[in-house]
Amino acid sequence: MARSTSRLSRKRLGEMYRTMLRIRRFEETADDLYMVGKVVGGVHVSIGQEACSAGVCAALREDDAVLTTHRGHGHSIAKGTRLPEMLAELMGKVTGLCRSKGGSMHIADVSKGHYGAHSIVGANMPMAAGIGLAYQLEGKDQVAVVFFGDGASNNGAFHEAMNLCAIWKLPVVFFCENNQYAVSVPAEYSTSVDDISVRSKGYDAPGLTVDGMDVAAVYEASREAVAHARRGLGPSLIEGKTYRFFGHSRGDPHYGMYRTKEEWEGWKGRDPLIVCEKMLKMTAKQKKAHADAVEAEIKEAIEFAESSPEPEESVALEDIFA
Amino acid sequence: MPEVKMRTISYSTAINEALHEEMARDEKVFLMGEDVALSAISPATAGLGDRFGHERVRNTPISELGFTGAAVGAAMAGYRPVLDMRRIDFMMLAIDPIANQAAKLRYMLGGQVSIPLVIRAPEGGGSQNGPTHSQCLEAWFIQVPGLRVIVPSDPADAKGLLKSAIREDNPVLFVEYRALYSLEGPVPEGDHTEPIGKAAVKREGSDITLIGIGSQARSCLEAAELLAGEGVDAEVVDPRTINPLDVEGIADSVRKTGRCIVAEEGHKSGGVGAEIAASLQEAAFGALKTPINRVAALDVPVPVHTKLEAIVLPSTEKIVAAAKKVLS
Repeated sequence: MARSTSRLSRKRLGEMYRTMLRIRRFEETADDLYMVGKVVGGVHVSIGQEACSAGVCAALREDDAVLTTHRGHGHSIAKGTRLPEMLAELMGKVTGLCRSKGGSMHIADVSKGHYGAHSIVGANMPMAAGIGLAYQLEGKDQVAVVFFGDGASNNGAFHEAMNLCAIWKLPVVFFCENNQYAVSVPAEYSTSVDDISVRSKGYDAPGLTVDGMDVAAVYEASREAVAHARRGLGPSLIEGKTYRFFGHSRGDPHYGMYRTKEEWEGWKGRDPLIVCEKMLKMTAKQKKAHADAVEAEIKEAIEFAESSPEPEESVALEDIFA
Repeated sequence: MPEVKMRTISYSTAINEALHEEMARDEKVFLMGEDVALSAISPATAGLGDRFGHERVRNTPISELGFTGAAVGAAMAGYRPVLDMRRIDFMMLAIDPIANQAAKLRYMLGGQVSIPLVIRAPEGGGSQNGPTHSQCLEAWFIQVPGLRVIVPSDPADAKGLLKSAIREDNPVLFVEYRALYSLEGPVPEGDHTEPIGKAAVKREGSDITLIGIGSQARSCLEAAELLAGEGVDAEVVDPRTINPLDVEGIADSVRKTGRCIVAEEGHKSGGVGAEIAASLQEAAFGALKTPINRVAALDVPVPVHTKLEAIVLPSTEKIVAAAKKVLS
């Protein structure tokens, strides 16, 4: 499993830390708001997996594309999605990114190259191939990254999309966040391989497994895969080994149902924020500066979302046809 | 109005002309599917690969889920893909990108994207191809908000509606009836388009309205000729698009005749005919002198043997019999 080397500048790594903290605090806030009944619909938080979101998106340009999943807040934020409009969407406000019709599982901010969270597991991968195809047909050097989980790597959509991207040399990076469980089903039960990245061999594409709790390792692998795609050499598959510290959704506990306390504590000790703080040898003062800046963003998002109106009834019948 | 010059071409040639013209008109249009690049495989795609190259007339692997999802992605990114499904039966492997993604994305994302995608789906029986190669599935897709469903029954509509579909900024299921591929008919020369969402009266009459979907619009015209020989003046109405359905356009005919048959090649239960019959009783119940009668494929799979297939599928004769029953 690839771990990071230390070629990254402190500044770059500090930015990734900030992104991870922004994701962490956004999702903690969303979870709190859910618990007091202020979030409409379900929420799947990615707390614990922030290094994957931040590391991959740090390797992208603003005009590159991402597509994500039902557990997509982190990828959305890392790609630059606006927090106020995102929180408003979760809270069922008409100022939300999807005008309150998509909710947490369909967050999109196309103006930022975010082509959507897609809640049908696997469905985003063929669509990413199509966005890659559009870039190729237009002769652009943009890249599409698609995030998915260990569970989705068993879906036909993954294999069909990998094959299409491989035969047509499409500029797509497949990033598998292997958080070990598809809801309650362990990857070691459902998946034929230990390292999902070896599945790239079936498509004659590069594959690499990285420590998904180490943002620098994720960034370095992503930078290489993105450059490969940008040069017109086709897809890559990166697997980040990671863990969600929360349950699949609010319906299951952090541990005790299908994960042991020992396993959970083992991963919790490798919290990507703590790993990064150690790499940066961060002082208490530096940590506080990051925390204060993020809190201000969160506060602004909450104020925007709380003060935004709910949709008029007419919104239910809008946006169906162009 | 300048005089419109007509010439006679086949249904498949009409489709082919629409594809040639729209690909020449707009470089964002591209065609993708299994076996589309080689001219000899289907008359509908003849000459396209040679003319526009294999980037824009793109063979795919046998990967319906993959390439349909890819078409949705390309549409989000500003292209106007046209898919060739070969047979609607194969499209079942691609229901998710059609029904969950293409049809819903604009709504689900609050209007951030549009999906200008056309899915050409040839379908239908009568060729002894059996249960998984003979189906008519358009009824499934009128249950999907966000999707247009077009069912042309003659060459002029095939050309005019396909051109409109390609120019439409929304996902369109464009059903083609394999049994009609060789049907010849008059088509205006030049840039001929037809409006999506408008029914057409294909034959005027006063005694009974025969509403036909796709291949059965053709059967209704034949049935009307036979009925004329027996002194019955039948009107034939073709909805042409079934989402949106031109209920008022159809109801106008029923208000005139007071009697109605709906014929389709799909199965009877939960079919397009059921939807039309229900809509007509909502819109024009008072005008109906008799109950609406449906002619459709029986609710069993379509068997291979010629004799058995004929038992299951609708036909001109079955429409005539149904009309006589309604008129008696």
